[in-house]
Amino acid sequence: MSDIVIRAQSVSKRYRIGERERYLALRDVLARAISAPARLFKARKPASPNGDASHIWALKDVSFEVRQGEAVGIIGRNGVGKTTLLKILAQVTRPTEGRARLKGRVGSLLEVGTGFHPELTGRENVYLSGAILGMRKKEIARKFDEIIAFAEVEKFVDTPVKHYSSGMQMRLAFAVAAHLEPEILIVDEVLAVGDAAFQKKCIGKMGSVASQGRTVILVSHNMGAIQQLTQRCLLLEGGRVVAIGESAPVIARYQEIAMDRSTTVFDVTDEPRRFPELSRKVQFLTLEMENCPTRLVPADADITLRITVRGNDCTESFFFGLTVFRIDGTPVGSSWGLPIHSIRKGTVGTFRLTLHEPHLAPGLYYLGLGITQGKDVVCYEDLDVVLDLLHFEMLAPPVQDSARRKWVPSWGSVRFKRLLASRLG
Amino acid sequence: MSTTEVPIPLIDVPVIDITPPSGWLDLNLRELWQFRELVYFFVWRDIKIRYKQTAIGAAWAVLQPVMTMLVFSLFFGRLAKIPSGGVPYPIFYLSALLPWMYFAGALQNATNSVVEQQRVITKVYFPRLVLPLSAVVSGLLDFAIGFVVFLFMMLLYRIAPGRAVLLFPVFLLLAVATALGVGLWLSALNAVYRDVRYVVPFLIQFWMFVSPVAYPTSLVPERWRWLYGLNPMAGVIEGFRWALTGKGQPPSLLLAVSAGAVFVVLIGGMAFFRNMEATIADVV
Repeated sequence: MSDIVIRAQSVSKRYRIGERERYLALRDVLARAISAPARLFKARKPASPNGDASHIWALKDVSFEVRQGEAVGIIGRNGVGKTTLLKILAQVTRPTEGRARLKGRVGSLLEVGTGFHPELTGRENVYLSGAILGMRKKEIARKFDEIIAFAEVEKFVDTPVKHYSSGMQMRLAFAVAAHLEPEILIVDEVLAVGDAAFQKKCIGKMGSVASQGRTVILVSHNMGAIQQLTQRCLLLEGGRVVAIGESAPVIARYQEIAMDRSTTVFDVTDEPRRFPELSRKVQFLTLEMENCPTRLVPADADITLRITVRGNDCTESFFFGLTVFRIDGTPVGSSWGLPIHSIRKGTVGTFRLTLHEPHLAPGLYYLGLGITQGKDVVCYEDLDVVLDLLHFEMLAPPVQDSARRKWVPSWGSVRFKRLLASRLG
Repeated sequence: MSTTEVPIPLIDVPVIDITPPSGWLDLNLRELWQFRELVYFFVWRDIKIRYKQTAIGAAWAVLQPVMTMLVFSLFFGRLAKIPSGGVPYPIFYLSALLPWMYFAGALQNATNSVVEQQRVITKVYFPRLVLPLSAVVSGLLDFAIGFVVFLFMMLLYRIAPGRAVLLFPVFLLLAVATALGVGLWLSALNAVYRDVRYVVPFLIQFWMFVSPVAYPTSLVPERWRWLYGLNPMAGVIEGFRWALTGKGQPPSLLLAVSAGAVFVVLIGGMAFFRNMEATIADVV
């Protein structure tokens, strides 16, 4: 029986939420101090155990153990605390309560391209990023050729990274991180990087890292990757562990929760975003499936969504985008609207989005939505993106001639219109 | 599932304990030493980026102190006739401006260091002290360039420094320690109160007048000199002047008080920074 390399005991994390103003200004603190000096010296009241209205527990009483060589997935819906847990394990932030003990060097991949600077060349960025991720100079030098080959950027090694395409940048960044050889590897969603061919390469590399006897903790929404790479899974919901065990049953439980029909309206106003660097000049507030509140969609129906957005800034010419994903994370298709919308600062707008007869195969799906600004194909800017929500089930069409058989996943996710066959000879 | 059945033997691996922040002081210098390569990389990165982006680059490291020296020599020296103890004005001012400009630059960079690297801090662990530390070290390159100019000028004026020049590294170290000490306080504060970085230029200007850059310490009455010495840069500047020009008395009392002040500010800064680290992680 191998050693326990990660032991978490009642790990909890409380965050302050509320007013959007995260940054304090010293002048405000001083002004307050001058106008009410007694308050500076008053003892601060300990927060109530359940957190008051201005605090939330992002994680509560999370306990688990991981043995050496295991690959464990951490899954759950958006905003349940997965990234917070990873950040605590990666020592980027500290728990409010509880403790965790890790045996071994930890490599954390919470983002692709950590430390990259556009003015430096590919070569220089590999060294810098490698050092930040924890590799020694000698180690980087030793693996340098491998890293460059993995990223397929041999010809551009000495050009500044700002001249790279975004795909090249991501490949190089991932290549550096993929060659970390820590005893414990913590990975957050970075498998969603690059095109399908590269993703396959990344999953392959991750698999080989795991099979070398290293311990891997993986957070992903891609159930296919989770199934393929992990033996055990931890399911989080509302900051707590609701299931822990072999991957397949835990994934099934996750799908149950995701499909929970008691939630009709998704409120994403305060939820952390997968791409926090977007400006969110217009941001999503709530989303719901209008024509099917139980989110069971008949085979030939439209998908109609009712969403509210808020304009954080005066914005014109924005449009919505939607991507349908199969429950295992495979994207099925996308569609965009026309850039005809505008909104004033501080106002809330309600929209109806209609995806006309997507003709999806029977099964479970979920959506990703985006707000983008821009009038032409080249110059546009994503303003807000929300992912992994509005799980729905596409029902099988009523029994007809062409839909006699039960749909097989290898047929794909789109049920094209009836196939016409006319005899010519 | 796995193709190899033999796990990697866990000999000699670090054990990491993750706990909620306690009130206790924990400087953890050994960890900082383990990450010394990262300090080198950050310094290397700062220097590379600074010199790639500016067209003037290295010339700025020369222009800034030299131009200021010329202005000071003219207005404070020639016209206002501030006593310089027999040292030619350009030498008198440049010997003080070099450590001063290093300090001013290092302080501003250290203050901004944590917030500027917020993307990296929120993704990877390393002792956050690495950031202000490397900000303070990377300023030494510009100092070195300015120092070469100074040596050239010493040659020009045919001044040979006395034996005191052997103490020059001590004063340089004191300057670095002061920049680091104050920088730690300011960078931690800046991460929480984002307007602190705007206070720094004013602070530096004010500080310069309270330091013997434009005038010699001899202008300060004897009985107040100990108070004057509480300004750590006072000891540093006087020390530089004395070590490099060889003229004047060794500033022993001033130096002792200044060194004491530096020590307090540095240890206090490290403790404060360490205590703020948990908050910084959530706020930055």
